[in-house]
Amino acid sequence: MKNSIIQIEQLSKSFGEVRALDNINLSVREGEIFGLIGPDGAGKTTLIRILTTLLLPDTGKATVTGRDVVRDYKEIRKLVGYMPGVFSLYEDLTIAENLKFFATIFQTTIKENYHLIKDIYQQIEPFKDRRAGQLSGGMKQKLALSCALIHKPEVLFLDEPTTGIDAVSRVELWDMLKKLKRMGLTIFVSTPYMNEASMCDRVAFIQKGEILEVDSPEGIVASYEEPIYAVEGGRFYQLIHALRALEMVKAAHLFGETIHVTTYRRIAPEELARAIKEREGMDISVREIEANIEDCFISKLHQIIH
Amino acid sequence: MGTISYILQKEFLQIRRNKMIIVMIILMPIIQLIILGNAADYEMKHINLHVIDRDLSTTSRTLVSKFRASSYFSIVNSSFDAEVADRDIRNDAADLIMEIPHGLERDLMRGEQAPISLRVNAINGVKGGLANAYTTQIIQDFNGEWLSDRYPGRAVVLPVGIAWSNWFNPGMNYATFMVPGILVLLITIVGVFLSGINIVREKEMGTIEQINVTPIKKSQFIVGKLFPFLVIALVELTLGLGIGRVIFGIHYVGNVGLIYLFSIVYLIAILGLGLLVSTITETQQQAMFIAWFILMVFILMSGLFTPIESMPRWAQIITDFNPVKYFVEVMRMVLLKGSGMSDISRHFGIMALFGLVTNTLAVWNYRKRV
Repeated sequence: MKNSIIQIEQLSKSFGEVRALDNINLSVREGEIFGLIGPDGAGKTTLIRILTTLLLPDTGKATVTGRDVVRDYKEIRKLVGYMPGVFSLYEDLTIAENLKFFATIFQTTIKENYHLIKDIYQQIEPFKDRRAGQLSGGMKQKLALSCALIHKPEVLFLDEPTTGIDAVSRVELWDMLKKLKRMGLTIFVSTPYMNEASMCDRVAFIQKGEILEVDSPEGIVASYEEPIYAVEGGRFYQLIHALRALEMVKAAHLFGETIHVTTYRRIAPEELARAIKEREGMDISVREIEANIEDCFISKLHQIIH
Repeated sequence: MGTISYILQKEFLQIRRNKMIIVMIILMPIIQLIILGNAADYEMKHINLHVIDRDLSTTSRTLVSKFRASSYFSIVNSSFDAEVADRDIRNDAADLIMEIPHGLERDLMRGEQAPISLRVNAINGVKGGLANAYTTQIIQDFNGEWLSDRYPGRAVVLPVGIAWSNWFNPGMNYATFMVPGILVLLITIVGVFLSGINIVREKEMGTIEQINVTPIKKSQFIVGKLFPFLVIALVELTLGLGIGRVIFGIHYVGNVGLIYLFSIVYLIAILGLGLLVSTITETQQQAMFIAWFILMVFILMSGLFTPIESMPRWAQIITDFNPVKYFVEVMRMVLLKGSGMSDISRHFGIMALFGLVTNTLAVWNYRKRV
């Protein structure tokens, strides 16, 4: 097992009455893409801001590259790259000026670390004299990523990088992160999209300030034991309510064109179809499926709520 | 060193990109100085006078003609009815009623007192006060002349003779008086507004989040923010002094270098205040509002528009904490009176203290982390 580069022990942070982080324990290994997955308001941004030394924890301890986030914040700031959730570069400066500014305040030059950002920066370089405020969402993000990388950080923190950008840019971003990983960077990324979990080496699922599960995506899926069925046919709204009303059904959720249903005991798919036919008179098709990572998270969430 | 110079380069670049600021920097001194410098004039001409002459004697006519001859007054109406006169005041047709009682000449001849009644519309306090003062002076003149006519050869004993002489501003030119004061306002606006708003802008845009994770030092960031505005304010000062000299023809008696020196100390104090405003606010709107509030108080209590001496004691104590007051004083002392370093050393001391307090508070309050 590789060394852990981020170590979090019993970390808590409250904002007034709201407990944003509740006794968090996490360990991120060197060179992995670590995903922090959770719905809005789960505490993702708070955790990232503590790790990037922007916020002080109430209790507990966290180290990044072996340095304490409270005590050694000055050193950490030189060693991490941070891309905040909202675009935070100077909109009245051009692409080139923004990049040069961040290179300079990190006391380095664009030339020195060009190899790191080359793949990303080349895509926006033709527009380098355009002001950042006039860029599209995807281009802004490439610029923000370039600026976060220009000082050759050891750990890169990205707060919801895929929120609010189009599907193509999203795929591009994950490709870029994988390339950066190959260059030896550790990447800590948060996202509200559960389907992005499979892009990470390991993921932590966070909900209401608590970590529910930490594992590789494969591990999470493998440890999932409940029977799960895909249901199709009928009107979704009516069907989902009908399914939830059945005694054998534990949960039913809409997944694109199908409804995923978990039950308390293993049943034959026909059993479910027959029950719906009797109750609602609807013809549906049911087949047993392999759970995907989203099913796992939703089931986890359910356990917490009930 | 490379870092700070690049931070400054970036700040200047951003200011240059902001067309509005550039336009304001050029237009502000021109508009404020040329318009306000010419408009602000405490001398009152053509006070509308309503005369009630119940005596209709040679003496009373002489008195009325003195008012007619004065450029300070225009006689808009005369009547024998106090009610008509009151109506004139109510309709704003008259500012002042002078009522000469029946028997003025007779009483004066007998050597008795002859009271003249004056009623001033004091809705506009300044105007009322001035009307009162001018009237008193004309009546006093009249008294003197009357006595010397009546008793030729005898020494006229007037209670107190007042002779005016305006020192340091011989022509009593109001531009001379106002322009240095308005210049102070210009510099203060640049100092408090622009610096305060600029830092909040970084908060509002979220750029401060990105800056805060960099190893940039607090002092570098703050110097980067304040220095450009110090430079802009000194450019404003230079523009303003130029306009004062060329357009208003003000002769600067004192050492202009001393003004620059004081300006730098003053600006550090004022920029610290702007910085403090920006540390306690989250949006440009909030910063704007607080800065505006502070500036209002500073400007109105600076002694520029209302003499501090005429304020109640408690208000005078408040003005002791008003940096604008000190700068207005220094401007006038140095530029018009030719005061030197030793005369304004107290001002320097107070301003340095003010700067120390505002900047300490600001830096203490500005944290990279919560």
